[in-house]
Amino acid sequence: MIETRQLTKRYGNFTAVDAISFKVEPGQVLGFLGPNGAGKSTTMKMVAGFLSPTSGGATVAGYDVERQPLEAKRVLGYLPEGAPSYGEMTVREFIDFVADVRRIDDSVRDKRIDDAIARLHLERVLEQPIDTLSKGFKRRVGLAGAILHDPKVLILDEPTDGLDPNQKQEVRTLINSMARDKTIIISTHLLEEVHAVCTRAIIIAGGRVLADATPTELEARSRYHKAVSLTATNLQEAKDALARVADIASIEVDPQDNRITAFPKPGRSIFVAVGDALKAQNVSVRELALEPGRLDEVFRTITQGAGKEART
Amino acid sequence: MSGTLTIFKRELRSYFSTPVAYVFIVIFLLLSGAFTFYLGNFYERGQADLQAFFTFHPWLYLFLVPAVSMRLWAEERKSGTIELLLTLPITMWQAVFGKFLAAWAFIAIALVLTFPIWLTVNYLGSPDNGVIFASYLGSLLMAGAFLAIGSCLSASTRNQVVAFILTVVICFLLLLAGYPLVLDAIRAIAGQGLADAVSGLSFLTHFASISKGVIDLRDLVYFVLMIGVWLYATAVVIDIKKAA
Repeated sequence: MIETRQLTKRYGNFTAVDAISFKVEPGQVLGFLGPNGAGKSTTMKMVAGFLSPTSGGATVAGYDVERQPLEAKRVLGYLPEGAPSYGEMTVREFIDFVADVRRIDDSVRDKRIDDAIARLHLERVLEQPIDTLSKGFKRRVGLAGAILHDPKVLILDEPTDGLDPNQKQEVRTLINSMARDKTIIISTHLLEEVHAVCTRAIIIAGGRVLADATPTELEARSRYHKAVSLTATNLQEAKDALARVADIASIEVDPQDNRITAFPKPGRSIFVAVGDALKAQNVSVRELALEPGRLDEVFRTITQGAGKEART
Repeated sequence: MSGTLTIFKRELRSYFSTPVAYVFIVIFLLLSGAFTFYLGNFYERGQADLQAFFTFHPWLYLFLVPAVSMRLWAEERKSGTIELLLTLPITMWQAVFGKFLAAWAFIAIALVLTFPIWLTVNYLGSPDNGVIFASYLGSLLMAGAFLAIGSCLSASTRNQVVAFILTVVICFLLLLAGYPLVLDAIRAIAGQGLADAVSGLSFLTHFASISKGVIDLRDLVYFVLMIGVWLYATAVVIDIKKAA
């Protein structure tokens, strides 16, 4: 479990993290979202015990990170931003070093090391100096170091940054496979990642929590939530047909591909009505879809709204 | 295995997996040889001792030890590995001490590799090997004090060049404090008392007294305290940066 209470970090007059409180339970994967400089990494650094908070505090698995740092660090696996590791070491030397520092018991040591190597597909590069590896491999070496001791709590700062789509998918599968009994926080810029791995998302901007909800709940805040999109062979016919549906509040047409999006009046459902109207008018439709809501739009609305507020 | 030892092993191995170690050792041996034979007139003195060799160690260390110590923490900060290191379950003290010990052991290795000159002087005459042993010990302790200063200054910046220059300057001042020229000037201006106090702070004074073959507790305490205080300062600096 991870808990922060009024966690605050100030640099001079600048407040990087402003009284952030949250609680993550085992089995949850919390996604940290926010623009660059929002305070995501600073928050993670404080929970991991690398930075001391100006005020407030954090506990990891019940241990206060400031007062019981060793106990907290023992149960924690942390991947810092940019996945730094000692470049002159080979991958095997680095993993051995982490196993030594973490004092992994000899009875499980080999198994844990083999397991981490296999999970992150590092077999081919074991004897290579880390400096000579690609960005994707470096990130996976860092991840292997973070999960080596099978920690109860994982904090991963942009775990999929710099990976190709296949590798991203693999890391997401890895996180999902570990999610059941662990408490995990990841930060990411990729909204599709929130859907793929997170059970909960916190949106941060300007050091403050602006939203804390499940990905589905966040999508429901989108104006696209429950909207209907379609592409018709004849644009005008389709528009005329849609004009007959009473519950539609507005219609937008994408000038690039003539895709029509119909927005419902608040609390109304229009998918069936739109389908019926199109059929009744014999409008031929190439594609018809119910929109679940767009996370990127929600993200923009929330974070830019906060930006304006801060400026005034 | 304790945290200090793990850090020590990793650090020491990393010296030898980069060219740093080999360049340092070769330069150290070349320079110490050149100083001994050309500046120290090892042969011309006609004495079976290694005074010509040890006299130049403080000046040799002045530039070579900061070159080793500058990367201790500045490099970790620059590459971000400090974040990895300090979030592993080890104490700050284990990290500081492990890194320092590795650098010290590395310099010890370079020092041990000067053994041919010890063999040479024994071949040429019959020196007092006790004095030579004491001088080696004094030299090693002095290198440790240089290193501890370097460790603290390396922790205070992410720029290795800055760390190098600051270390050289502070070590230079501590060397100068034992130089007769400087001490005479202080004595003339402020009297014997202050001159003694300044001289007591200097590396040179304590190194010179150990080099005479007398291992005085006060000299040992001086170097051990010097190392301890500067390493403590290293930990304090890192802690301050953590909270900054």
